[in-house]
Amino acid sequence: MAADLAGAATSDEIVIRVRGLVTRFGAQTVHDGLDLDVRRGEVMGVVGGSGSGKSVLLRTVIGLRRPDAGSIDVLGYDVPHLGESEARALEQRWGVLFQDGALFSSLTVAQNIEVPLREHVPMPEPLMDEIAACKIAIVGLPEATADKFPAQLSGGMRKRAGLARALALDPEILFLDEPTAGLDPIAAADFDQLIRDLKASLNLTVFLVTHDLDTLFAICDRVAVLVDSKIRIGSLAQHLKDDHPWIHAYFHGPRGRAAQPAAAH
Amino acid sequence: MAPPATIVALEESGALTLRAEGDWLVASAAELDRRLHAFELPANRRVTLDLAGIDRLDTAGAWLLLRTEHALNARGNQVALANMQARFAPLIDQLRARGAGAPLPHPIPPHYTLIGFVARIGEITVGILHRAYSILGFGGLVAVTAAQLFRRPHRLRATATLVQMEQTGLNAMPIVGLLSFLIGVVMAYQGADQLRRFGAEIYTVNLLGVAILRELGVLLSAIIIAGRSGSAFTAQIGTMQVNQEIDALNTLGLDPVEVLVLPRVFGLALTLPLLVFFADAMGLLGGCLMTWATLGISIPNFLEQLRGAITAWTLWVGIIKAPFFAVIIAMVGCYEGFNVTGSADSVGRLTTQSVVESIFIVIVADAAFSILFSILKI
Repeated sequence: MAADLAGAATSDEIVIRVRGLVTRFGAQTVHDGLDLDVRRGEVMGVVGGSGSGKSVLLRTVIGLRRPDAGSIDVLGYDVPHLGESEARALEQRWGVLFQDGALFSSLTVAQNIEVPLREHVPMPEPLMDEIAACKIAIVGLPEATADKFPAQLSGGMRKRAGLARALALDPEILFLDEPTAGLDPIAAADFDQLIRDLKASLNLTVFLVTHDLDTLFAICDRVAVLVDSKIRIGSLAQHLKDDHPWIHAYFHGPRGRAAQPAAAH
Repeated sequence: MAPPATIVALEESGALTLRAEGDWLVASAAELDRRLHAFELPANRRVTLDLAGIDRLDTAGAWLLLRTEHALNARGNQVALANMQARFAPLIDQLRARGAGAPLPHPIPPHYTLIGFVARIGEITVGILHRAYSILGFGGLVAVTAAQLFRRPHRLRATATLVQMEQTGLNAMPIVGLLSFLIGVVMAYQGADQLRRFGAEIYTVNLLGVAILRELGVLLSAIIIAGRSGSAFTAQIGTMQVNQEIDALNTLGLDPVEVLVLPRVFGLALTLPLLVFFADAMGLLGGCLMTWATLGISIPNFLEQLRGAITAWTLWVGIIKAPFFAVIIAMVGCYEGFNVTGSADSVGRLTTQSVVESIFIVIVADAAFSILFSILKI
């Protein structure tokens, strides 16, 4: 469990290692031999056009989908071939935020956050309520949210509640699938700030799939671009110089240019 | 093995030092919580929380530290956090800044009290009346839309109606047929058993004919269809509601009642009478085979006795009710589908509700028909 808080600096330890990943849907090859390393403490953004397999990559890395070829290694575990006890151990060390929060609709927000606690670390009810309240405060939701049901929350609040559940066990790695999609610009900027704060205080490694250029410039240390079934990884500065037509269009299109000054300050 | 998390109290020259050590992580939170609760907190003293020994700290551990600090402050102590490793500072700062406090007490559901109980009964009653009113309103809306359709018959969605007829009627034939057959068998067996005591076993045929044709065939079919198709209507329309497909229909200028409800209502109203006829035939077949097997009544004798026991009206009484029941089932199913809001949870809840409601209304309507027929002396 997390929290070897070796400052916010990125270390050289590689926590996610993908080698030669191949993903096929029928005759269509989505990923053709991807290699990807994510270092401890960094925020890795994954971008790509619609249908380039961003979300599929995330689902494959967290073991929801078996790769057609290649190896995936997270925190030293071989994800596609996990045994039951290994899977349990690994599940306590990562947190996943799905696109719309994926909160259990029959449980309140506090109960949602308590699900992983109940499953993995038995503790008395009052303490569990306290920790849930803590997580709710950390993600910036009002206290009264605890006893609300997901259907009573707005989209932005659902995402925050989903993030609180993902953080329930203080994971080392946080997987975010389009965290700012569907949020208004103010809420999206708040969310970016929240991820930055959490990363600083919890020393998280973040694997982030996004469409949002502002998020990319605001919080990502490195960016992986999925183009032509391959992946290109580098800092934003490197991508800005890339002359691949799609990457150029992505970062130098009207929206890309508009987002860039945000990175400057 | 990581060093366990501990907290130890030390007296040093008039000041109290609480020394926290080890891994203050969520895994050891339960144990720490127990220790901290067992700890007798001092009052009105100078207390130092010495954090030098903490190797690892996560949110749960940080919360326990802050909670202890709060508790000490509340007892009038002067508390200082000392020797915290710099790398933990952002976490502690953030928890403080976000104002992590004790959880609000869970509200006690009001229906745990006596007044709450009475209020809840009232609430449910008003809810039922409100829903009855609302279903009636929906029925009116469907009737008006159907009336408009009679003026412009080309707007009837013939393909959709035929698809509904196939799904609700044709595909239901095996299950309706089998269950009717079995009910016929059971009725014949039980009836023969009782009537034999009076030497009147031949009247088993009369019992079968009247019971199956007038009541059982139609009720059984209606109940199976309510469970099979009424629930499907709610789930289909409910899922469309969740996906905003209903909103999309509205904005495209299509009337959801015309597009979704009428094909289902018409389709079911046309197929249920046919299903009832089939159920009647299968029920009589089951009864016929059973009386032959247990009472030795041959098939020609069975038919002869049946001809004396029933009239054409016996059959019609059952079949006439079918379209009414069909309309009830289809309307309740669609109505509950439109009631779905937001969550996946509500699709499931309303699907159950739609089945219970439609079976309930069908049986009430059946009772009303009995009264009507007895007044009309049919």
